[in-house]
Amino acid sequence: MADIFWWIIFPYITLVIMIVGVLYRYAFQQLTWAAPSTEFFEKKWLRIGSPLFHYGIVFAFIGHVMGVVIPKSFYTTLGISFELYHTGAIIGGGFAGLMVVVGLIILLIRKMTVDRVRIHATFADFYTVIALLIVAGLGAYMTIIYNTTVVEYEYRATIGPWFRSLFIFQPKYQLMAGVPLLFKIHIICAFGLFASIPFTRLIHFYSLPVKYLSRAPQQYRSRSHFKRRRI
Amino acid sequence: MRIKAQVAMVMNLDKCIGCHTCSVTCKNTWTNRPGTEYMWFNNVETRPGPGYPKRWEDTNRFKGGWVYKNGKLSLRAGGPITKLANIFYNPNMPSLNDYYEPWTYDYQHLINSPKKENLPVARPKSMITGKYIDKPEWGPNWDDDLAGGSEIVPLDPNVEKLQEHIAMEYEKAFMMYLPRICEHCLNPSCVASCPSGAIYKRDEDGIVLVDKESCRGWRFCMNGCPYHKVYYNWNTHKAEKCNFCYPRTEAGLPTICSETCVGRIRYIGVILYDADRVKEAASVENPKDLYESQLSVFLDPFDPEVIEEAKKAGINEEWIKAAQDSPVYKMAIKWKIALPLHPEYRTMPMVWYVPPLSPIMNHIVNEDELSTDGYIPAVDQMRIPMEYLASILTADDTEVIRNVLLKLTAMRVHMRAKTVGGIDELKQSQLLKEAGLTVEMTEDMARLLAVSKYNERFVIPTGRREMDDDLYYEQGACSIEELAPPEGMVTYPFERGK
Repeated sequence: MADIFWWIIFPYITLVIMIVGVLYRYAFQQLTWAAPSTEFFEKKWLRIGSPLFHYGIVFAFIGHVMGVVIPKSFYTTLGISFELYHTGAIIGGGFAGLMVVVGLIILLIRKMTVDRVRIHATFADFYTVIALLIVAGLGAYMTIIYNTTVVEYEYRATIGPWFRSLFIFQPKYQLMAGVPLLFKIHIICAFGLFASIPFTRLIHFYSLPVKYLSRAPQQYRSRSHFKRRRI
Repeated sequence: MRIKAQVAMVMNLDKCIGCHTCSVTCKNTWTNRPGTEYMWFNNVETRPGPGYPKRWEDTNRFKGGWVYKNGKLSLRAGGPITKLANIFYNPNMPSLNDYYEPWTYDYQHLINSPKKENLPVARPKSMITGKYIDKPEWGPNWDDDLAGGSEIVPLDPNVEKLQEHIAMEYEKAFMMYLPRICEHCLNPSCVASCPSGAIYKRDEDGIVLVDKESCRGWRFCMNGCPYHKVYYNWNTHKAEKCNFCYPRTEAGLPTICSETCVGRIRYIGVILYDADRVKEAASVENPKDLYESQLSVFLDPFDPEVIEEAKKAGINEEWIKAAQDSPVYKMAIKWKIALPLHPEYRTMPMVWYVPPLSPIMNHIVNEDELSTDGYIPAVDQMRIPMEYLASILTADDTEVIRNVLLKLTAMRVHMRAKTVGGIDELKQSQLLKEAGLTVEMTEDMARLLAVSKYNERFVIPTGRREMDDDLYYEQGACSIEELAPPEGMVTYPFERGK
């Protein structure tokens, strides 16, 4: 029963909260949608912490796509062996994980010690950083230490297929039964974090301004936009 | 030709008394909310001085505006790819310390203090952290009227450029006021710097505005604007800026800073320009040519061809008439006595300045008998170094400044001859000729600069509401758009701005 809850019910609940919440905020709360930067208050520590964390998490995201979304068969057809894949994953993933964790620690200390930043930080801001730190800390620990000292866990045979099965609405929860506890906690925490996206500063994850690359430098707009819909 | 209308402003610095009334009324109207305490959409700087924010003209540090490199116009801080790479940390952005930490005073203590031997005082208290500030070290107009003198003045980036050492002795010191608002540029670099596309220039009147619903708080506008007139609200995490008091100008009223200006230094009018030529005009090689090339973008509102094109572009009779009567057109284009602020930033600013005259350094003897030849060198000996004015207004071209000062001097001499007399008529007409003025022009100029009334200083047509909106459909609907969309006209976020 517990397996059904954690690997079917819980992921779907959290994903639904995230999707509905983000859409709701996009439709009705545009004025609250921003990347709530505190660079205006403090620049010195942000200069190190923020790029470390953000670039780290971009690499980590790519790593997760490579490990969990892309099926194992893809690598075998390319001729990439188990050893080669895991060496790459440990080095690349470990590096990204370290960047994220070190960046987050700097940002958290900054949030706690710099007056201007701390006083304007909300509960949600602290929650976000600490939750990210737990998820990323577990991830980095598994990649760097667990994988090298305990066992090189082949998540591409269990977690990967389970994750993909969520999106075709035929969740293979049985696959998760034998997964090491650390991985399970990492996944549960991550889904918990997804659910909090619409309610925290993490919302800015959805506003990467890619359109900027292709738009005209100068923007003109007409004042009038209450035009009758043309039928 | 793509004709657009621009509502523009001229400030006659010769009449600015530095009273800050414009700043105060502006602040009370627009920036008296949490998160905006440090913002001054309008501020008055004492020059020479570092200005607000401190050393805003230091383009090497903040990297604002445009540069012309290898035949291409590009943002000094870098284009979209550089911006996206720096999106997690913007190295060129100013921080609160570059403005100042706003504070209030602990007035409650004056009332609640127990009986003590000494009078209670109201201590300064930060409006950012709520903590006491024992020793405020910088604040709005901290350097007003050259306060701080020889310690503060050298921080002015324009002073650093001056060849000669600026004397700070009382007899030789100079001073002027520089009121600043958003320039509502023709080629705004804040607009081009915004990754979200939230800043835009309004089609109807050229006012540059921030769409706060699209703004995501990336903050590249803060340093992308070389005039530092886009601010970051730390409370709402959105950009805010001077909006040229559009609710007032749409109703035909001047901005609040102009309305309340004690010295009546401000003029507002419409200018027609060719939007297709802006980029080309901003891309001339030599920065000294930017002033003339900006003038070449403006269109003559009396030219029948221009009038016809303007009508085709949806600009109505009222606006064309306003462009013809525009005091800005007269001062900036016809008489060429108003100059743009820092044209070398290549943003084509649309708030123009008449440079101030200043006392002549050497005592002029027998002014009654002074000839033309006597006044011309006098222009060169004014207290405010011409190089300084040129550094602010003409990309270091002193010749342009000299011409303007000569015109203003000739105007004074002519009007004095007319009202007081005692000046040789022939010599006086020679001075006018030297300055490139006719008698009629000079007297028009004197009227507009000195005694013009409200409706001559502010020629503002009302907003062109009838042009695009479907008024039939909107009748009976709530006029407060956005807050309450008219009945039957639901808009969704993905439809906005279309």
